[in-house]
Amino acid sequence: MTEETNKTVMLDVIDLKKTFGELEVLRGINIKIYKGDIVVITGPSGSGKSTFLRCLNCMEDPTGGSIMFDGVDIADQKIDINVHRRHMGMVFQHFNLFNNKTVVENIMLAPVHIGLSELKKAFRGNLESGRELAGMFPDYANRETGELSDEIRALGKSAACKKLKQDARDKAISLLKRIGLDSHADKYPSTLSGGQKQRVAIVRSLAMNPDVILFDEPTSALDPEMVGEVLDLMKQLAREGMTMITVTHEMGFAKEVANRVVFVDEGVIKESASPQEFFEHPKNPRLQEFLSKVLV
Amino acid sequence: MGNFGAKIDKFIEIFIDQNGSAKVIEGLENTLLIAICGLIIGIVIGTLIAAVRVMPKYSRLSRILNGFCSFYVGLFRGTPMVVQLLVFYYVLLPLIGLKMSGVTVSLLVFGLNSGAYISEIMRSGIQSVDPGQMEAGRAVGLSFGTTMMKVVIPQAIKNILPTLGNEFIALIKETSVVSFVGASDLYVAFNYIGSNSYEFMVPYLVMALIYIVLVLIISAGIKLMERRLKRSDRRN
Repeated sequence: MTEETNKTVMLDVIDLKKTFGELEVLRGINIKIYKGDIVVITGPSGSGKSTFLRCLNCMEDPTGGSIMFDGVDIADQKIDINVHRRHMGMVFQHFNLFNNKTVVENIMLAPVHIGLSELKKAFRGNLESGRELAGMFPDYANRETGELSDEIRALGKSAACKKLKQDARDKAISLLKRIGLDSHADKYPSTLSGGQKQRVAIVRSLAMNPDVILFDEPTSALDPEMVGEVLDLMKQLAREGMTMITVTHEMGFAKEVANRVVFVDEGVIKESASPQEFFEHPKNPRLQEFLSKVLV
Repeated sequence: MGNFGAKIDKFIEIFIDQNGSAKVIEGLENTLLIAICGLIIGIVIGTLIAAVRVMPKYSRLSRILNGFCSFYVGLFRGTPMVVQLLVFYYVLLPLIGLKMSGVTVSLLVFGLNSGAYISEIMRSGIQSVDPGQMEAGRAVGLSFGTTMMKVVIPQAIKNILPTLGNEFIALIKETSVVSFVGASDLYVAFNYIGSNSYEFMVPYLVMALIYIVLVLIISAGIKLMERRLKRSDRRN
C-alpha cells in the first residue's frame, strides 16, 4: 500500500452521541479511521464500545454528531442508509446467518438482490446505479463513468440478469473455498459449528466488496477451540489491507494485528494509541486498571 | 331407528336421481373456493398489516399506516362474520352501485376478515424471529421490506404454520354462513336434499361427515408441510 492511500480518511466520526432515553451511552466520540487501518476497540462492559460500533453503520441511530463516510454524513436521517451499508460489512457476535437460507444463499442474497436491482436501473441509463454495480461486479460497468460494459450491453437485460446470478453464485463458492467450507455450500447454517458459522458470516460481508468491516465481538460467543480459526481469517483480511474496526477482548489479536487500539470508557475515547504504546505505557488510570484486570 | 334404512334410501334417491349430487359438488366447490381464496387474501393482507405494525415508527407515513391498520383489525375482529357479509352485500355494494355474486362477496369478506386475524398471528410470528436476522439483512444493505420478505417472514411463517392451519380450518367451517348472501355452499346443498325429502337426519349427518373429512385432510396437509419446512432446523 502506498503512502498516499494510507492517509485517505475512510470514516470521520465527529462528536458522536447516543442516548437511550435518559441514559447517555456515548458522550461525544471523535475518531478518524484511515483506509487500511486495523482498529481494535476495547473497554469495560457497559462502556459503550458496542454501541459505538453499531452507530458506525447506523444499526443504532446516533442522537448527535456526524459520521462522514464517502463524503456523506451517514448519521443524517435523510440519507438512504441502505446504499452506504453495502460498503460497510458487519460481523455480529451471534453470527446472525439467515436460518432459512443455505450457506451459499446466505452469501449470495445481498449481491444478487442488490445487483439485480442496480443492473436493471443501469439498463435504463442510470449511471449512479452503474457505478454501484461496478462496486460489486467490476466487469459489469465502469467504476468511474457508470457505463455498462460492452459485454453486458450485448447480452441484453434478461441474459445479463441470469449471468449476474451465476456470477454471484460462483463468487460465493470461491469465497467458501477460501475458508474451506465449499463442501457445506448447500447445507443450512444450523448444521455448522460456531466457528464455521462465524467464518461464513465474515465471507458473507466480503461478498459485497465492502470498504470497511465492523466486527462486534466476533469471537465472544465461540467455544475456545474455535476462536483461533476465526481470528486467523481476520488476520488474513488484515494482511490483505482490509480496513477493519473490531470490538473485542482478544488482547492477543490487538497486540499482533492492530495498528491502533482504542480504549472506550464512560462513553468517550479515553486513550488511542499504537498497540505497543497502549499495552506498555498506558497513560489513562482507568486503562491501567482495566489492563491489570484483563492481562493476567 | 328402525326406519334408518328407509331414510338412507330416500337420501340416496334424491342425491342421485334429483340432481342432489350436483348441488353437493357445487356446494363443496364453493366452500373450498371461499375458504382457500379467503385464506390467500387473508395471508397477503395479514402479512402486509403485520409488516406495517412491526415497522420502526420514525416517519409520519409509517405512523399513519399503523393507525389505519389498528383500525382495520379492530373493525374486523369486533364484528361477527355474518354481520360483515350482510353489511357488505346489502349495504356497501348497493351504496357504491356494484353487482357481485354471493360467492365473490363471500370470498372477499372472508379474505378481509381473516386478514385481520392473520395479521395478529403473523405479528407474533415475526416477533418470534431473532432480531439479529433483521439486523444482518440491514447490515448487508438490504432494505427493511426486502429483509422482511426474504428472511424474516419465511421464518415467521414456519413458526406460525400450525396456527395458520387452525385459521384455515376455522374458515372452512365458517363458510356455512355464506347462504346469508345467497351463495350456495354445502349447507345449501344438503338443505335442498332435506327439504325435498322432508327428511333432514341423513343429509345433515353426511354434511357433518364431509366437514370432518375436509378438516382431517387439511390437518394432514399441514403436518406434511411443517415437516418439510423444518428442513432448515435439522442437521443433515
